[in-house]
Amino acid sequence: MPVSTHRPLPKDIAAIQCEMEGHAHDYGLDYFDTIFEYVDYEELSMIAAYGGFPTRYPHWRFGAQFDELMKGYTYGLQKIYEMVINTDPCYAYLLSCNSITDQKLVIAHVYGHCDFFKNNAWFAPTNRKMLDQMANHASRIKRYIDRFGYETVEQFVDACLSLEDLIDSHLPHVAKKKKKKEKSTRTDDNEELTESKRKFPSKGYMDPYINPPDVLQAEADEERKALEEKEKSRSFPDTPQRDVLLFLLEHAPLKSWQHDVLSIIRDEAYYFLPQGQTKIMNEGWASYWHSKIMTSHGLTDAEVIEYADHHSGTMATSRNRLNPYKLGIELFKDIERRWDRGQFGPEYDACDDLVEKDKWDRQLGKGREKIFEVRRVHNDVTFIDNFLTPEFCIEQNFFQYRYNEDTNYYEIADREFHAIKRQLLDNLTNHGRPFIHVLDGNYRNRGELYLYHRYQGTELKQDYAQDTLMNLERLWSRPVHIETVIDDEPMIISFDGEEHEVNPKT
Amino acid sequence: MSRNIDRDLSRFKDIVRGRVRRQLRKYITHGEMIGRKGREYVSIPVPNIDIPHFQHGQKGSGGVGQGDGDVGQPIGRGQDDGDGQGQAGDQPGGGHIREVEVTLDELAEMLGQELELPRIEPKGKNNIKSKKDRYTSIRTTGPNSLRHLKRTYKKALRRLIASDDYNPDRPVIVPTRDDQLYRSWKTIEEPETNAAVIYVMDVSGSMTDDQKEIVRIEAFWIDTWLQNQYDGIETRYVIHDAVAREVDEDTFYHTRESGGTRISSAYKVVRQLINQNFNPTEWNIYVFQFSDGDNWGEDNRACLEILTEDIIPHCNLFCYGQVESPYGSGEFIRELQEIREDYDNVVLSEIESKEAIYDSIKEFLGKGM
Repeated sequence: MPVSTHRPLPKDIAAIQCEMEGHAHDYGLDYFDTIFEYVDYEELSMIAAYGGFPTRYPHWRFGAQFDELMKGYTYGLQKIYEMVINTDPCYAYLLSCNSITDQKLVIAHVYGHCDFFKNNAWFAPTNRKMLDQMANHASRIKRYIDRFGYETVEQFVDACLSLEDLIDSHLPHVAKKKKKKEKSTRTDDNEELTESKRKFPSKGYMDPYINPPDVLQAEADEERKALEEKEKSRSFPDTPQRDVLLFLLEHAPLKSWQHDVLSIIRDEAYYFLPQGQTKIMNEGWASYWHSKIMTSHGLTDAEVIEYADHHSGTMATSRNRLNPYKLGIELFKDIERRWDRGQFGPEYDACDDLVEKDKWDRQLGKGREKIFEVRRVHNDVTFIDNFLTPEFCIEQNFFQYRYNEDTNYYEIADREFHAIKRQLLDNLTNHGRPFIHVLDGNYRNRGELYLYHRYQGTELKQDYAQDTLMNLERLWSRPVHIETVIDDEPMIISFDGEEHEVNPKT
Repeated sequence: MSRNIDRDLSRFKDIVRGRVRRQLRKYITHGEMIGRKGREYVSIPVPNIDIPHFQHGQKGSGGVGQGDGDVGQPIGRGQDDGDGQGQAGDQPGGGHIREVEVTLDELAEMLGQELELPRIEPKGKNNIKSKKDRYTSIRTTGPNSLRHLKRTYKKALRRLIASDDYNPDRPVIVPTRDDQLYRSWKTIEEPETNAAVIYVMDVSGSMTDDQKEIVRIEAFWIDTWLQNQYDGIETRYVIHDAVAREVDEDTFYHTRESGGTRISSAYKVVRQLINQNFNPTEWNIYVFQFSDGDNWGEDNRACLEILTEDIIPHCNLFCYGQVESPYGSGEFIRELQEIREDYDNVVLSEIESKEAIYDSIKEFLGKGM
């Protein structure tokens, strides 16, 4: 399947693209070249099923996703309007059956996404040539399929996918720093120091006699052996490691093809990571710009109603699901307004008079500048943490809900600002997924793997945890354990290759 | 062009079917699996297949929503325990069930594989055969209406090139008499196997709804298997209490009568059916009888007489399934056990509960007759 359909855009759509690109440019949006492809729903579903990359490796879950998208569309339950991927150049897929108004909206929206991909700091470490990379991954995996059989590879991929979210969301940003540091501190004189410790001082021509090299060598060997011995009996890693996949890559007894498959899965997981980290901001930013461009320039009189209908459809709120489009766009607008009027800083915060706060207007006009800065440096967590205000929560009618075990219902729990903010941050941190660390790769000195779930008030889903442990065991090939909390008691769930055990932590 | 997605989709469907197959026993025992039964498809609810991750459960979970409502007001139901499927715990909402459409043929294949049923050998060597003409071959003679243009052209072209008469600038091909090729037919003899299935059910007062449910489920699976094995299949239904009559499918499954039981009355109807409609030399005849085994004592002798003389010798298979009844004595099966020794094609099975349907089907069809 080629990436491009090689079908030229229809003339009217190409004209809209030109127009929208012009507006986006005028507003100062800064994007990669964007290539629009015009596809029907089946093609779009296919591309969406592959996460935007039609060249991915064979796997049934893409088929499952496709089946779901197609059925959802056939039964009129759902519809995707567009798909845009974070590459340079940016590829965006337009649905050919959309009306002209929708096409305008979608194109404007796409430019918002492109700008975000290019400028947001969290996307900076992603590979912009991911299309090639994915195709490369696919051909590697296909080669393994040819050599080892479809089912063997598929089962292994399934096991890896089960663990794919056990990565460290900060690693792409930390790794660079670390490397630099290593370079600067680990200089050569460090090594020379240990060397010179063993050596007696001597003149150059006498050196081979005073410090016979074979003796030195033997000493060094012995020392290394002792170190290795020590290493063996010791538990590792030294500090809990969040990148479980990396740990497995380094320490699990994998065959070389398995190692490669796991590293492919890890690569792709890291590539998709920022999309999850910035869902609210990314959609909010794109929505902000489609609404700005459409309402200021794009719309003809005849299109207003249709636009309003679809825009409000996208922004619809629900009581049991937070709409990232809505939260994002409203928060961006709120920030723009506050910075336009100077509603920030210690002076504003210190003001107790609500009426005055409401009227507060210093005519700063810094709103636009501020939101561009926000889209550059923040991710969803810091975005909410920094800019969510009590006034905003009241205006948006937010509430926090909790699961009530007695009634088996989710119930509205609180409308208080701090509770809402805390809950939001909880749900966004690490995608709302549990924090899992590797504590020990040599647990009980038997080479067993010991993971630790950092309990933060929500328990693990036990049946899933057990299934995941089975997959982990397949990779580690020794018993695996995870420490977690069940019914407020610290517990260890274990899987030894045959059966699960749940024991209280001693 | 074959697309990647087709490959992945068909793989996914395979996996789903595999799952259906593995859980077939469960599906067979619980009749409700057959959600919708179309002409050729049945749709089967299968829990969505997904990849397990470490993820949060419901307990202690929550989220942020938008809208009106007071503190304490419920906004969505949690998932029931034990269903084990569904979305992440921080979102209220139901589990995910996927409906899979499976053709009856596939279902029969699965059944065959799971129960290790042998293929059925149609009886007798002298099956009637039907003749069919298939236009699959080529001849050098024939009427013009059957001329194979493409082959003729190719042959002419080959000849021209071989004789170096072909001029690419003026690619005119004139076929000669020898180039002409014509479509031709082969007559194929296809064995035609016909099967007649006669279901007999006791609907006397002692047969409860539960027992009829068992009969219904078992009959469905037997039917599915036989349909898969034979091309043309005729199904007849007979119900009886003290008197018997032939009924249509709908009545067969839904009637409830009451009264005494005289099994011989049913056998008489079956005998009549066979004599009138199904000549045993041409038909593979199957008789499945379901009863609670509570027969009128003095009737047993008459039953056995008809069975041994007029029914069993003509049948491929005579199956008697006795469902356990809270009322009946269930003695009829003992009568039949006495004659079973003498015949290969008699199968008896006691079905105590729904769970036993699976094994009962295996007993009935496991002989491959």
